[in-house]
Amino acid sequence: MNSELLIRHLQMEGLTLEIAVAGLALLLLLLDLWTAPQSKSRLGFVAVAGLLVILATSFLIHPGGWATPGAMLAQDGLAVFFQRIFLVAAIFVLLMAGEWADRIPMGIGEFHVIVLMALTGMMLAAAANDFVLVFVALELISASFYVLVSFQRSRLQSLEAGVKYLIQSALAAAFLVFGIALIFGTANHTNFVLLSREAAALDHNKVYWLGVLLVLFGLSFKIAAFPLQVWAPDVYQGAPTPVTAFLAIASKAAGFVLVLRVLFVAMPKLAVHWDKMLMLAAGITILYGNLCAIPQRNLKRLLGYSSIANAGYLLVGVAAVNPSGAVAVLYYLAGYLFTLAAAFLVICVVMRDNDDIGALAGLSRRSPLLAGALALAMVSLAGIPPMAGFLGKFLLLRAAIERGAADSGCYWLAGVTIIGVVISLYYYFGVIRVMYWAKDPPDLSPIVVPARVQISLAACMVAIVYLGISPGSVLAGATEAVKALKF
Amino acid sequence: MSPLTYIFLLPMLAALLLLLIPRNFLVVIRGIALLATFASLVLAVVVFCKFDGNKAADGFQFAQQQDWAPSLGISYHVGVDGINLGLILMGAVVVFAAVCVSREIKTREKEFYILLLMMGGGILGAFASLDLFFFYFFHELALVPTFIMIGLWGKGENKNYATFQITLYLSLGALLVLLGLLALYLQLPLHERTLDLERLTQYFKAHPMPEAPQRLIFPLLLFGFGILVSLWPFHTWAPLGYGSAPTPTAMVHAGVLKKFGLYGLIRIALPLLPDEAQHWANIISVLCLGNILYCGLVAMRQRNLNLLIGNSSVAHMGFAFLGIASLNLIGITGTVLIMVAHGFLAALTFSLSGYLRDEVKTLDMDQMGGLLRKLPFIGTVMIMAMLAGCGLPGFAGFPGEVLVLFGTWQRSEVISAMAVWGALVIAGVYMLRAIRDIWHGDKEWAGISDALTFWRRLPYGLLLASLILFGFFPRLLTDNIKASVAPVVRMVGVEEMEMTPVPKGHFTR
Repeated sequence: MNSELLIRHLQMEGLTLEIAVAGLALLLLLLDLWTAPQSKSRLGFVAVAGLLVILATSFLIHPGGWATPGAMLAQDGLAVFFQRIFLVAAIFVLLMAGEWADRIPMGIGEFHVIVLMALTGMMLAAAANDFVLVFVALELISASFYVLVSFQRSRLQSLEAGVKYLIQSALAAAFLVFGIALIFGTANHTNFVLLSREAAALDHNKVYWLGVLLVLFGLSFKIAAFPLQVWAPDVYQGAPTPVTAFLAIASKAAGFVLVLRVLFVAMPKLAVHWDKMLMLAAGITILYGNLCAIPQRNLKRLLGYSSIANAGYLLVGVAAVNPSGAVAVLYYLAGYLFTLAAAFLVICVVMRDNDDIGALAGLSRRSPLLAGALALAMVSLAGIPPMAGFLGKFLLLRAAIERGAADSGCYWLAGVTIIGVVISLYYYFGVIRVMYWAKDPPDLSPIVVPARVQISLAACMVAIVYLGISPGSVLAGATEAVKALKF
Repeated sequence: MSPLTYIFLLPMLAALLLLLIPRNFLVVIRGIALLATFASLVLAVVVFCKFDGNKAADGFQFAQQQDWAPSLGISYHVGVDGINLGLILMGAVVVFAAVCVSREIKTREKEFYILLLMMGGGILGAFASLDLFFFYFFHELALVPTFIMIGLWGKGENKNYATFQITLYLSLGALLVLLGLLALYLQLPLHERTLDLERLTQYFKAHPMPEAPQRLIFPLLLFGFGILVSLWPFHTWAPLGYGSAPTPTAMVHAGVLKKFGLYGLIRIALPLLPDEAQHWANIISVLCLGNILYCGLVAMRQRNLNLLIGNSSVAHMGFAFLGIASLNLIGITGTVLIMVAHGFLAALTFSLSGYLRDEVKTLDMDQMGGLLRKLPFIGTVMIMAMLAGCGLPGFAGFPGEVLVLFGTWQRSEVISAMAVWGALVIAGVYMLRAIRDIWHGDKEWAGISDALTFWRRLPYGLLLASLILFGFFPRLLTDNIKASVAPVVRMVGVEEMEMTPVPKGHFTR
């Protein structure tokens, strides 16, 4: 294979954003060597600035459209849409890390580097057009998270979360790679486009089906959906808050872009055969997440269960097997990004060593901005207009009912979604109630909120409301992005 | 911009403005809230007066339409016809009166006013909207503050349970409606999909919906809206919730928000799903008897004034449903009239019972009695309101109930007769008994005072005056309502029964 072919094979020209992120990570690694320990948290600002430049660049590149057959990467609209989500998420995570740096005695210089490595993995996952690259990207994400989750080495909970994440992630990866092996064994390809051409011939091959099933099983770990959802609450609770945010927003989105690509690019028509299975998984995930969230008193753990419930809602969009479902998934994730970023920014500032919901008591008097931002995030998560969460759920339900004409199971799924939403009102409003109306708050000292956090929170709040009342542009972007998928 | 936009936007903007005002400037906060709701009341009156009755049959007036999400077929579209004209006026009056009586709130006033303005603006927006997305959106915007207000400012030992129950019930109802509306929208072919009510109506007029989807959608809408309106047997949230709610919340919810479900049924379910409406009509009328008779009998047993009013308000909703189930011009016109009348009435009775609770410190009727001597103004207004509640002529409820009973007679004499019995006998018994127990008797009271100033009397006077105005001149409403209900009835396909106005001078010798 000569070098020209190799370059074409890897589509180097399409790799710009991913390479830029990886390059930024290496640059930070070098800078870390020459930075004094006490000023290492400033490296985070270098990273944020770099990511902002990359984000701006992403608007200059025109997506290359449908990838050439055999290419490893598809730099299409879908990839760019998700890459922007990951970039924005990483920016918020790095800003949170700045708030949280003083809790780590040994400094957080390499923290930024590892976040960027995970981000590189996610950027690759968004564009992955080949199972080999999928595996590489996922392993890059997982390996980075092994370190990130247990970053507070002096805290037992963090280490426990790290071990739990490691074991279950390794299990999921094993399923995934076994599935890929079966697919490669039956189809002789790992490339999505080439696989889709074989689809008709493989339609009745049970071994191939088993392979796809195992791949989906492995991916359900990343999105924290049934059957591999059990890890989420434990890991969310134990991990450092910025890492929890990164897991909840970006890692889940990375899982969803892969689910969409595997189901609707590599295996067209398979999702239609399996829609009952997808619906079942979505329904169980919704009920599990919502019902288990009711008794929670630890806010991060509560958000862990809420994240499972949201994975269920998003799976409704996948199970609808239609373009409106995919559009809804993209729109929902865009809104979810800002909602969770706001929530975790507040948690990062307020809850220094106590994640109990009771620690929020009196927050409205300690800092109206923080209380307002968290309340807005909870209202959006509960799906109440005029927030982003409402429009996201509206689009998901629309997709499910649209599908219902072909498959009445989707009506039941829409019903389960509604039950889930009603249940979730209880625990989301519980958080708001504590902030504003707790009796006798123990601590009423005002909280000083740094300017950068104020700006980030304001940006999140504007985005939550904007996505709720003016969906036009993002919706158009999402509609354009899902043209890469086939239904 | 259409004045309708300002009618609901003003309270919402005022709510935003209040966010910026420090909480100790209570006078400013109250002033802004009063001013905003008064301005929207004035606008509502202007719209009501300027509405051209001669063109009522031609469609919507004061319309405004703007693209919002064209790819989803959603646009911002408001307008009025005879059906929502009166509802918007009633809503604006009730919201203003509710802000007036909000002085009973003594804690966290700023948040209360913000939520109340959100609620009022939201529901007025829902009644003005002609796009199903915004129709739902605004209602939800109004519904959520209700839960928070009951949870935080509610009264009584059952507060938490009531909040829990009302939140679950109403959220479930609203979401069922959302499913129904989405399913309706998806019946259109891909390129014509729209949530615009006018265009949906035109489409389904030209291409009636097949039976199978109707069979799915109609129950969703009926029970979704039914839960919101407390249709028997889904009514249990209502008396309990109103009993625990702070007075202004109970006024706006029982008066205005609850009418949303009936409005939705008349506007959407009947004309677009005519076949199923015919199938379900008999079932609905039986359920209505549940409201009228069962809840009436329950009201008879109540010793707590708020629970009595709550149950009687559920019973009144039975009449409104009965008119819908009649599926004819007279009945549905009567329903719309009842909706407007009951809005004023419910707001009036809840505001008065709130006053009593503040002064007398109890709503237990066994401990009251002889209050009329101490509270002549409040007592007189309340006695009039209670008589209006049992359908006395001269109040707006009477013409509405008469029309509904006439409409129902056409369909089923038995049901009509039973409903009359419920209205006249049962309501008469509990209302008159309540009047006797609260106001008459020889118990002596000290330390309670009547509403003496003009400003304190204003909300009650305004609501009572509206009840009497539309009681003596129901044609201010019915002419327009009739013109707009006629196309609905034509789409349902029941042959029209002409409602000839009584010739002038018929009753004179």
